[in-house]
Amino acid sequence: MSAPVGQPSSLASPSGGSDPQENPPMRLKVEQASYAYSATDRSAPKFALGPASFHAQQRELVAILGPNASGKSTLLRLLAGLEKPLSGRIEVDAVEVSTLDLRTRAQRIALVQQESELLFPLRVWEYVLQGRYPYGRRLRFESEEDCLLAGNALAQVGADALRDRWMDQLSGGEKQRVILARALAQQPSLLLLDEPTQHLDIGGKVELLRRLRRLTDDSRYTVLVVTHELNLAAEFSDRIVLLHKGKCLRVGTPAEVYDQALLEEVFEAPLEVDIRPNGRPRVILRGH
Amino acid sequence: MRPLTPRRVVTTCALLLFILFAIVVISLRMGAYPISITDIVMTLFNGAMGRRDEIPSEFWLVVFGLRLPRIALGIVVGAALSTAGAGFQALLRNPLADPYVLGVSSGAALGAILSLIAAPHTPGAIQLAAFAGAAATIAAVYFLGRRGGQLDSGTLLLAGIVTASFLSAVIMFLMTTLSGRDLRGMAFWLMGDLATPPAIDSRWLYLVLIVAVGSIYTTASDLNLILTGEQEARHLGVNVNRVKLVVYVAASVLTGLAVSVSGAIGYVGLLVPHVMRMLFGTDYRLLIPTSAIGGAIIILVADTLARTIVAPTELPVGAMTAIAGAPVFIYLMRRRMR
Repeated sequence: MSAPVGQPSSLASPSGGSDPQENPPMRLKVEQASYAYSATDRSAPKFALGPASFHAQQRELVAILGPNASGKSTLLRLLAGLEKPLSGRIEVDAVEVSTLDLRTRAQRIALVQQESELLFPLRVWEYVLQGRYPYGRRLRFESEEDCLLAGNALAQVGADALRDRWMDQLSGGEKQRVILARALAQQPSLLLLDEPTQHLDIGGKVELLRRLRRLTDDSRYTVLVVTHELNLAAEFSDRIVLLHKGKCLRVGTPAEVYDQALLEEVFEAPLEVDIRPNGRPRVILRGH
Repeated sequence: MRPLTPRRVVTTCALLLFILFAIVVISLRMGAYPISITDIVMTLFNGAMGRRDEIPSEFWLVVFGLRLPRIALGIVVGAALSTAGAGFQALLRNPLADPYVLGVSSGAALGAILSLIAAPHTPGAIQLAAFAGAAATIAAVYFLGRRGGQLDSGTLLLAGIVTASFLSAVIMFLMTTLSGRDLRGMAFWLMGDLATPPAIDSRWLYLVLIVAVGSIYTTASDLNLILTGEQEARHLGVNVNRVKLVVYVAASVLTGLAVSVSGAIGYVGLLVPHVMRMLFGTDYRLLIPTSAIGGAIIILVADTLARTIVAPTELPVGAMTAIAGAPVFIYLMRRRMR
């Protein structure tokens, strides 16, 4: 039986396993995972991701930070199971990701990337229903339950009113919410987002991060976001993974990772870090 | 939110099959020998019931001996080309993909001609060679159509058009230099024609058609996802490489099958899936069967017009489909460029 939408599929009921006194279950475990582009493929730039280790628990929002070409997207592809690590292990719910078959993997891990251009027009509800593909047979017709779950996913991202609109008529922010809804319709336990704030204005960025925060808090997803937004990451995430030139430099809470000298070195910019009253750091550009 | 149901697929197909049957009856009526609709229906009914002795012999000859085999051939060819077109459009992520435009039909025709030269009396050789020609051409166009490692829509079409032109030139060269041999006419291979009955037992044609269309249909849910992006489809659990292989082989088989018996009839694979999309939506679970039946309808209409419009002279059926298909191609291309 599938769990209600909004609940990771491994959980039977909304109340199960969420005692705040207990340690929340470990959802993602990355142990010394490394990767390198094949040296035989001359067209691809050679790039290596050094051994990275970190973990994420249920109800955690983790931000993966780093400048361009630091290995963020490579790490995300490893986590999504699209590439197999050269060494080390990546486990989701105690199962090694690379051993999962494609459909089982899609039931546990959802990856939100910038969407491709649609070849033919599609309505929002048709798009979100695609998230139900990993369940059932390969050639399948959607059931009433699928429709219900897709509807709930749309409601969770506040996109109820968009369901009959065409995908190509949505604004950037609306589209981002619908893509997120399709990922939620997969009922994953791990939600990965690759630079989801890229084409959003500041209001859209804050709204998206708030929504992700709510999804982690209320629905017990584990969310990993690759982003360039230092301040939004500091404000909304529980843990930061800082990458630089293919190395995992530091893992910890925003306050632990946001060291002024470290950030200046990594991002090659004059930065200043101060700690706000809520204990979260803030990064500003230092004046001349 | 009203998702597609198997019931809707069945009722839509039943409606189209009814239209196809009506056009078959009308097409059976058209020709030099006059025969009424009632007589045609009675002949068909008695024929289906196995009561041949109740059918006047001239009716039997006209309906079952002359007109129906050509109609049946048109149905096979139309269904094959349209399904192949829908398949290629998803495989190459290009709405303008069509066996004829991409040169795949010319490749199949060249394969068929080569087999007629090398092994004229081997049963099934022409179909196998046409399939090989189609498969090799689509593979070549696929690799020529890439830019920077990615499939580029415009480059792909250009690669297809140039390949088609090159292969047509080779066909013309072969037909001219080997004019003494029994290779059918140049117009047959380059424009398509349903007048010549195939040398192969038509039951084989139906069997291959059903298996190939069925194979593509098994990937219909996957194709819907691939159309929204290959990467996304992979994330959602689609085995993209397996699906592409199935569609690649099956669409090449369908093109080879159609071209081996009717030459290179153009634009059906482009025209029909687009009309079906406009009528019934873009979902491949409905698009594949409706394209197959719609293709049969379009070819049948085109062929009936081709053999009656300037009777007693016959036009090649490909000329009729090109007259309708080329403007549609231009319309779709301009709409995409906007």
